[in-house]
Amino acid sequence: MILHGWGRYPTVDGKVYHPASPDEVRHLLHSHSDGVTPRGLGRSYGDSSLGGHMLDCRRLDHLLAFDARKGLLYCEAGVSLNDILEVFVPKGWFLPVTPGTRFVTVGGAIASDVHGKNHHVNGCFSEHIEFIELCLDEERILRCSRDEHPDLFRATCGGMGLSGMILSAAIQLKQIKSSFIDQTTYKANNLEESLELFEIHEDKPYSVAWIDCIAQGRSLGRSLLMTGDHAENGGLVPGKGERFTLPVDMPSMLLNKHSIKLFNTLYYHRVSGTSVSHRVHYEPFFYPLDSISDWNRMYGKNGFTQYQFVIPKAAGKKALSDILKTIAASGKGSFLAVLKAFGKRNENLLSFPMEGYTLALDFKIEKNLFPLLDSLDAMVLDHGGRLYLTKDARMCQETFRLGYPEWTKFQNVRERYGVRRGFQSLQSKRLGLD
Amino acid sequence: MLNILIIGATSAIAGEVAKRFAAEGARLYLLGRNTERLGRIAADLRIRGAESVQTTGFDAKDIESYEQILEKAHASLERFDVVLVAHGTLGDQKKCETSVEKTLHEIQINAVSTIAMLTIIANMMVKQKCGTLAIISSVAGDRGRPSNYVYGSAKAAVTTFCEGLRGRLFKSGVHVLTIKPGMVDTPMTEGMELPPMLMAKPEQVARDIVCAIRKKSDIIYTPWYWRYVMSGIVHIPEKFFKKMSL
Repeated sequence: MILHGWGRYPTVDGKVYHPASPDEVRHLLHSHSDGVTPRGLGRSYGDSSLGGHMLDCRRLDHLLAFDARKGLLYCEAGVSLNDILEVFVPKGWFLPVTPGTRFVTVGGAIASDVHGKNHHVNGCFSEHIEFIELCLDEERILRCSRDEHPDLFRATCGGMGLSGMILSAAIQLKQIKSSFIDQTTYKANNLEESLELFEIHEDKPYSVAWIDCIAQGRSLGRSLLMTGDHAENGGLVPGKGERFTLPVDMPSMLLNKHSIKLFNTLYYHRVSGTSVSHRVHYEPFFYPLDSISDWNRMYGKNGFTQYQFVIPKAAGKKALSDILKTIAASGKGSFLAVLKAFGKRNENLLSFPMEGYTLALDFKIEKNLFPLLDSLDAMVLDHGGRLYLTKDARMCQETFRLGYPEWTKFQNVRERYGVRRGFQSLQSKRLGLD
Repeated sequence: MLNILIIGATSAIAGEVAKRFAAEGARLYLLGRNTERLGRIAADLRIRGAESVQTTGFDAKDIESYEQILEKAHASLERFDVVLVAHGTLGDQKKCETSVEKTLHEIQINAVSTIAMLTIIANMMVKQKCGTLAIISSVAGDRGRPSNYVYGSAKAAVTTFCEGLRGRLFKSGVHVLTIKPGMVDTPMTEGMELPPMLMAKPEQVARDIVCAIRKKSDIIYTPWYWRYVMSGIVHIPEKFFKKMSL
């Protein structure tokens, strides 16, 4: 079966298995001891969920227990964040951390140690996980947490599924009084103003900026910064769900310098004053793109890659403006680029966030793209930054090792628990994590 | 609050239907082959809001046991507001062609077992004079095709049986709903080369089923476009149809 990640690049011809119970996972690990790749809803962009033999966790999709007093949810790895929202928002609970799509599984969210608009306040997804149950091989199912097998816990959170098959986990949900968000959008005329706005609004629980990566000169880095917080009232109303599907691959020609420039300009001028406030439902606030299913087909049949990097705060404006200039000059930028200020890093060995700024942009796969990205890699590394493994489809082994110096500890943990051979992916092979 | 019996509750479509009723606080009684899996499904449905969930293992091949199992379920729920019959298999057509045993097994699970089940349930529901009996048949039963006529003929038997049963039970105030799903992305169709454009998600099919139960529809195709696909297929003259490789 031909499969790909969310970016539709690269593709793999592999076999997918759908275990429906922990026992079935154990049997599959027994019969494929030469290596499997765990997979969820396939929302990681590149090749981290691709391999010759993939274990799809979507049939492990049961809620196992819920402590309504504490808000602690124990569920299987294939439960999606969408499912959690549908069940628990009406009961007054919300995800402690959510990425920009709700169509990811709990297992995937842990393996990618996803972050959201509240990273500067609440950290990554794993920081709200009480424990994880992990299947290592046909004989061993281990429970790991900050107290039990903490080394395995630190390797599994953000470990891209390379430390075992996540079977279930306990997540601490967050109490809400309303399913609405009080949102304010601020306009920043350039990069300096954008970064200043993040500083000014660092006490707001949610913040993110949509940045125009085509604008040059004095407008370089102009953006719309959105902040938000859960409203105090307005009811616990579930979302409306998906609305529109992109049925076919768009001709990739439609995405060119001019259309992207036009879109970015229009988007930027959506806000006319310096700021505007609204009350919006959590769905459009957190998941604007989820309202178009299969939006990834927008980039045409060759697919796309999302380039997301982080650079330390100290490198700040200078580094970002160098990188933005390079992108703007290349004319290859994307529809919308996302800028976010991260809070402190956690102790996980391969988690992406570190205190600083992260920028994410889409590039359709085309000739001359990879040389541009290679030159961006060099700039990112130069400033002490790194790339997000969940988005990556092409970085080289050296870029990975320089960005994630704890990769050796990660390998040691895998060795110690005997999972180095049993769990791999196209990405892990490319990055030398075999 | 509804009292709901689901037969074949570990199937993907039935599971999604159960989730929808659980969210409304229904009382559920689940029958399925894999009791370990039933246990996890029950825990899940309780968290989703079901007032109560009971489970019993059942083997579709053991028709003798049906009466007792169904009576126990009826006693426990006190009344069947909705019964969903969803158990079945999708066997390998090619293997059936050379094996009497495999062919009869398909017919046994998909037709004989369902019909036995419906006969018992129908009489229980006639006595209570209310409720909806919803049966998952298939578009495959609308016309025999070389690629899956064994499964198709079993479903055709179920469809026709339900047609007659609907008329009979109507007089007692009991509603019969025939559900004809098209191709659905479930473990049943795993590994088959099917056109992705036509594949529905179990969630979508479940939404249609719950809606049809509410509206007391007689026959539904889900997703909706299968009604038109099948009406086209049914009208192709046999002399052409036999030459097509469908």
